[in-house]
Amino acid sequence: MPEAIAPTTAPLPAREHLETLVGDILAEARAQGATAAEAAVSFGSALTVTVRLGEVETLEHHRQRGLAVTVYHGRSRGSASTADWRPEAIRDTVQSACAIARHTAADPYAGLADPERLAREIPDLDLYHPWTLSAGEAIELARECEAAALALDPRIRNSEGGGVATRAGLVVYGNSHGFCGGYPTTRHSLNCSVIAQDTEGMQRNHWYTVGRDRDDLETPVAVGQQAARRALRRLGSRRLETRRVPVLFAPELARGLIGHFVAAIRGGALYRKASFLLDRLGTPVFPEFVTIRERPRLPGALGSAPFDSEGVATADRDVVANGVLQGYVLDSYSARRLGMRTTGNAGGAHNLIVEPGPLGHEELLRQLDTGLWVTELLGHGVNLVTGDYSRGASGFWVEKGRIQYPVHEITIAGHLNEMFEGVAAVGGDVDVRGGIRCGSLLLERMTVAGE
Amino acid sequence: MTTDTLVLARQQLLAPAGLGENDLHRTLACLLDHAIDGGDLYFQQRRAESWGLEDGQVKNASHAIQQGVGVRAVSGEKTGFAYSDEIVPPALLEAATAARSIARSGGEARLQVWRSAQRPALYEPLDPLETLSANAKVRLLEAVDAEARRQDPRVTQVMVSLAAVRDTILVAGSDGTLAGDLRPLVRLNVSVIVEHGGRREQGSSGGGGRVGYGWFLDQDRALGHAREAVRQALINLDAVPAPAGTLTVVLGPGWPGILLHEAIGHGLEGDFNRKGTSAFSGRIGERVAAPLCTVVDDGTLANRRGSLNIDDEGTPTQCTTLIERGVLKGYLQDTLNARLMKAAPTGNGRRESYAHLPLPRMTNTYMLPGEHDPAEILASVERGLYAVNFGGGQVDITSGKFVFSASEAYLIENGRVTRPVKGATLIGNGPDVLTKVSMVGNDLQFDAGVGTCGKDGQSVPVGVGQPTLKIEALTVGGTQA
Ligand SMILES: [Zn+2]
Repeated sequence: MPEAIAPTTAPLPAREHLETLVGDILAEARAQGATAAEAAVSFGSALTVTVRLGEVETLEHHRQRGLAVTVYHGRSRGSASTADWRPEAIRDTVQSACAIARHTAADPYAGLADPERLAREIPDLDLYHPWTLSAGEAIELARECEAAALALDPRIRNSEGGGVATRAGLVVYGNSHGFCGGYPTTRHSLNCSVIAQDTEGMQRNHWYTVGRDRDDLETPVAVGQQAARRALRRLGSRRLETRRVPVLFAPELARGLIGHFVAAIRGGALYRKASFLLDRLGTPVFPEFVTIRERPRLPGALGSAPFDSEGVATADRDVVANGVLQGYVLDSYSARRLGMRTTGNAGGAHNLIVEPGPLGHEELLRQLDTGLWVTELLGHGVNLVTGDYSRGASGFWVEKGRIQYPVHEITIAGHLNEMFEGVAAVGGDVDVRGGIRCGSLLLERMTVAGE
Repeated sequence: MTTDTLVLARQQLLAPAGLGENDLHRTLACLLDHAIDGGDLYFQQRRAESWGLEDGQVKNASHAIQQGVGVRAVSGEKTGFAYSDEIVPPALLEAATAARSIARSGGEARLQVWRSAQRPALYEPLDPLETLSANAKVRLLEAVDAEARRQDPRVTQVMVSLAAVRDTILVAGSDGTLAGDLRPLVRLNVSVIVEHGGRREQGSSGGGGRVGYGWFLDQDRALGHAREAVRQALINLDAVPAPAGTLTVVLGPGWPGILLHEAIGHGLEGDFNRKGTSAFSGRIGERVAAPLCTVVDDGTLANRRGSLNIDDEGTPTQCTTLIERGVLKGYLQDTLNARLMKAAPTGNGRRESYAHLPLPRMTNTYMLPGEHDPAEILASVERGLYAVNFGGGQVDITSGKFVFSASEAYLIENGRVTRPVKGATLIGNGPDVLTKVSMVGNDLQFDAGVGTCGKDGQSVPVGVGQPTLKIEALTVGGTQA
């Protein structure tokens, strides 16, 4: 076994140190003539290991710094970044940003967030749980994870490995309105990817678990076995004939569908009129039983943040209530362009939670009756301007609520508007491994293309 | 003319930190203290800028500098890796100590004497950021915007971005490799939205390469992208829903070559084949395509986006034949997988940055031209799809299933190209899609220089190319069942 080298990840620098750097950058910007400025300084460190067929494959130590500044000369702006924290680098970086601001056009909407919207207090959201594990311990966990997959069934013949990653980071953001805040976060994960093989061929699949706290993770054995089961069930995949059928999206893919919804109600897409959901505020987008809430301050959650990336305090709200669109996903710039107020979403949405329905997986299959249960998607065939959706898929053919056989090399296509309106059920089987939490989604009808 | 890029790379990366060859030796010797087969140091400085226009004005621009050194130790199939964003001797030794912990002490490997090969450069070692003044960059973006808006009153939005990167790299390996490269890369992208009768559609076009910004001013290239983006968007205004099902598909020349990248290229990367996880594993010498098909990966095309003088392990790039007249010939290798497979490296060891490990990756992947006139190919199709522009693609290398999404396509009816259809994803099976190729055009084209490939979370610039191709059966993911 490799020697166990000191703790998992390099220690984080003191927050005060990063706050001082942010102060220095803002002072430098003022000295170089900026009328306003904002800056972020970041530090991250990580340890990742992969084990393949029982042997260590990679052991990576990550440690990265960042420094980014945006200066405003009146309403013209410029941005620059570097990984170098030395005073001369700060001076040069601010200089680069100022040089750019002298060439960009005045933009009446540009500027810092309004001072009254900035976070006044920064609650501890329980996002920092460092995991002091040595490289040797990490390797053992990855090995255990992969071994569980390999042991599950003799048809698991090959592996892309088991992996462990632990990351810690600290970001401090400040601006010339006097805001300066930052907080440390951690993120740990276990993953496994294996290959099942029979006389017809190979099928690969994976599983992972992720959390802020190591105690939130599934066990290595559970992750490995789930990866193996997912690979095994794909063996013997067939194609389907082209048809129109109801489609059940597995929770991890349902999260992606909600992600397309979020992308279409983002300020940038709306003011550019590059969204299929223009002018839909106050109108139904989903059926009445669908409610989507934003809960940015859930303790310990992956999408939590006390303030957004321009310092605006985050707050609970309903994005969709009883199917009706209640609000957009805006930062200060896009809000000003739309004549609205920022929703505290600079940098994205924070914990969007689709209210779970009462049905579990088996009951959803029964409601699907005859159709396609999609468990994997391939490609990026989503057009947010028109709402047209067409992606590669694999999953299972279901008849009378019972799984018949696995299917692959098919596509599913439709229009996102009709897909959202056609949600027939939201599952109770919520996937919490990200900033969007959602159960399975059952859609009334999509076109499946195959043979 | 050959420029000594190694000298330039040393000046930029090592000299400011007062690092000399003995520091490189000392760090590599520290790695070799442990039982490793070898290791390398990868020094990098990246300077990048991007300028963005919308609403007819350049409102956003940014500049970024990134630098550091990655230290890798390799022992059998094991790799230890650490890096530092400070290029100073103590950070080098610290990273080496962390990287070598992959193995225990008592190694056999010996540090080799430096050797570096020089060959004619594929691109000039220029800093593209400095090839145009800031004012001229702004004027270029404004001219592209005006050209797009001039095309048609239905154009409602024009977004233009102009970006440049200069990468300076230096690789020092325990096997004696010492090599440097200065890599310029520029990119222009135009994206428009058109509106008519309540319907909105988009179109985009872009290009670039390992050149200075002057490339866009030559041959009207920048304005050409403006016109092309508008043309595509207007065509989409008339598009009807795409068919669903298995059809004969004719792919246009150039960028549709992402078919080869997804269906063939990824599955032939050495790592997947060494591990036996690719649908192509163990199939060298077998027929995987029609005899009309010869596919290569060529990192040596002058000034192209996917080209490199040397890969990120210091190996000179080359033209590697993947499929020759339908028969599988070879894999794409980095040094680790080449050694484990007892093959020669092919100059395909690439990494996103010093903070990432090298992997076998493609450069410019393309199919050699055939004999048919493209018009003859279209005329031979009774009912099918003619797809000429694409968005991205993806592949599951184990099952071989791949997709790529058309953004401009037409129906072919009785040998004639008729109505435009909405974008649709095409899906197929990598190991057999090329066996269904029945005609290959004489019109080989390369893409305009826009490709980016993602693998294991790492992005690298790539190129593709192909002549017009007729595939007898491919599944088209439209909505019209
Ligand atoms: Zn790729």
